Amino acid sequence: MTDAIRAEGLVKEFKGKRALDGIDLTARTGAVLGVLGPNGSGKTTTVRILSTLLRPDAGHAIVGGFDVLREPHEVRRQIGLTGQYAAVDAELTGTQNLVLIARLLGFDRTQARARSGELLERFGLADAGGRPAKTYSGGMRRRLDLAASLVGRPGLLYLDEPTTGLDPHSRNGLWEVVRGLVNDGVTVLLTTQYLEEADHLADDIMVLDHGRVITQGTPEELKNRAGDQVLELRTVDGGQLSLAAKIVEAVTSAPVNSDGLVASVPVEDSAVLPEVVRRLDEQGVAVSELSLRKPSLDEVFLALTGHTAQATTSDDEGARG
Amino acid sequence: MSTVTTRPSTPASPGAPHVPERLGPLVTMRHGLQLTWRSVLKIKANPEEVLGLMLQPVMFVTLFVFVFGQAMMGDWQTYRDFLMPGIIAQSVIFATMGTGFTLSQDVEKGIFDRFRSLPIARSAPLIGAILGDLVRYAITVVMVLLVGLAIGFRPEGGVVGVVSAAGLILLFAFALCWMSAFVGMLARTPMAVQSFAMILLFPLTFGSSAFVSPDDMPGWLAPIAANNPVTHVVDAMRALMLDGDAGGPVAWTLVWAVIITAIFFPLAVWAYRRRT
Repeated sequence: MTDAIRAEGLVKEFKGKRALDGIDLTARTGAVLGVLGPNGSGKTTTVRILSTLLRPDAGHAIVGGFDVLREPHEVRRQIGLTGQYAAVDAELTGTQNLVLIARLLGFDRTQARARSGELLERFGLADAGGRPAKTYSGGMRRRLDLAASLVGRPGLLYLDEPTTGLDPHSRNGLWEVVRGLVNDGVTVLLTTQYLEEADHLADDIMVLDHGRVITQGTPEELKNRAGDQVLELRTVDGGQLSLAAKIVEAVTSAPVNSDGLVASVPVEDSAVLPEVVRRLDEQGVAVSELSLRKPSLDEVFLALTGHTAQATTSDDEGARG
Repeated sequence: MSTVTTRPSTPASPGAPHVPERLGPLVTMRHGLQLTWRSVLKIKANPEEVLGLMLQPVMFVTLFVFVFGQAMMGDWQTYRDFLMPGIIAQSVIFATMGTGFTLSQDVEKGIFDRFRSLPIARSAPLIGAILGDLVRYAITVVMVLLVGLAIGFRPEGGVVGVVSAAGLILLFAFALCWMSAFVGMLARTPMAVQSFAMILLFPLTFGSSAFVSPDDMPGWLAPIAANNPVTHVVDAMRALMLDGDAGGPVAWTLVWAVIITAIFFPLAVWAYRRRT
């Protein structure tokens, strides 16, 4: 199998601030690479370099077999880009938006209309094709934007935070569409700040923070890498939770995190479970829920970066300067 | 995971077999015209804006002719004939600010990113925007003329004179467009384009022969106004429309159009390519 994207040592500075600090990246053909990170971590800058919109200060990248710096036109023939903002003309109808792109890509009038109709149908916009895009809901606009990036049937699709700002229903709809594209053999590079999204869609995940790759692997590997399992418990009487936490702490000798309802603690060996249960029973703590689970990607992110994914230092806007 | 990256033997876009491998001037023009179609569609889709384009000249012509006319030249009819070429020029020149504004909007909304990620000519979006705007300016010219005709303006230069004058101001506007595009690419927001353009365009139009003859201006201002490129355009249009001697000012206008384009076309393209 060949790689759809192979980038090495990408560096980009904006006004002295380092947005990318030496990023290596590989996207397998036919797979979904999830680039995960908080605002300002360099996700958008990475996508803009790989889609030829931005020149890196150092490093190089091969996309679809072509060099982004030396053969940008060839790269553009391979890719589709859906940016953070729905980049459609609000005044134009859905059909007009798609026909315009198709005509630019060399379709004749008839082909362009046919392709536009096909895409509107596929993205559930067939009835809205004649209406200006400004009358669309947020989810519909994103779908039209995605359709626009697929007019030329690209083999590689960049999705830069495709679901930011969407309601859960629209988000699920978009996830379905992305899965469908992957089934058609499209390679997808997806950036997201939602760990859940990467977990759902990505075959491989790369975690970015402050312009560096913190870690990468499959979602499963990442969860394993945070190592431990998490023991979670609730007590019937909330007042007993702190007592329960002390007991668990004594057994696991790891700090217990309690939010007042649930106490959770990473454990290295599941053999501690019987011991925890025995001691809780001895102390007369009535447990309503006790479980052992893999850590969520949120917990993985916290463990790897020392801060949560939601903590915002600055935003990716600098990349647009 | 493999380590070898190979070039695809077949293009990844089987549905778009016409994407050219190279972008010659003909392809650039085709892309430019397709994006002109986009600009025209946007004008059509925005009746409010077209209404604005149409009502503004009505307001300006009416106010200037009837408020200032008598005070300026004794009777409003005389001032009307003096003013018409000037107010056409002023309306079109102010409208060129729209070029930078819409370009800046396209950048802000990410639409330019979409165009730039497509395998199309790099300058096509700029060409499309500016050719589309010429349509807008032509509408402006026609509207001002209609208002003028409605209040009794009967240019002695006849149809030929009026059409030549309109052609001349459109040519001048085409040159100014590149300046507007340059500003649009440098400014961070569409609003910034607007305020900067106002600061530039107000003195340029009002400090010319459009509304008052430079001879009636104070000593320090008169020579500045007399050599203002807008004065040359307005004098040329006035001569063409009112059947005067147009040779000198027309030549000056052409020279200015070439100078402005020579400076701002490269700057606009440079700023556009640089804008990321």
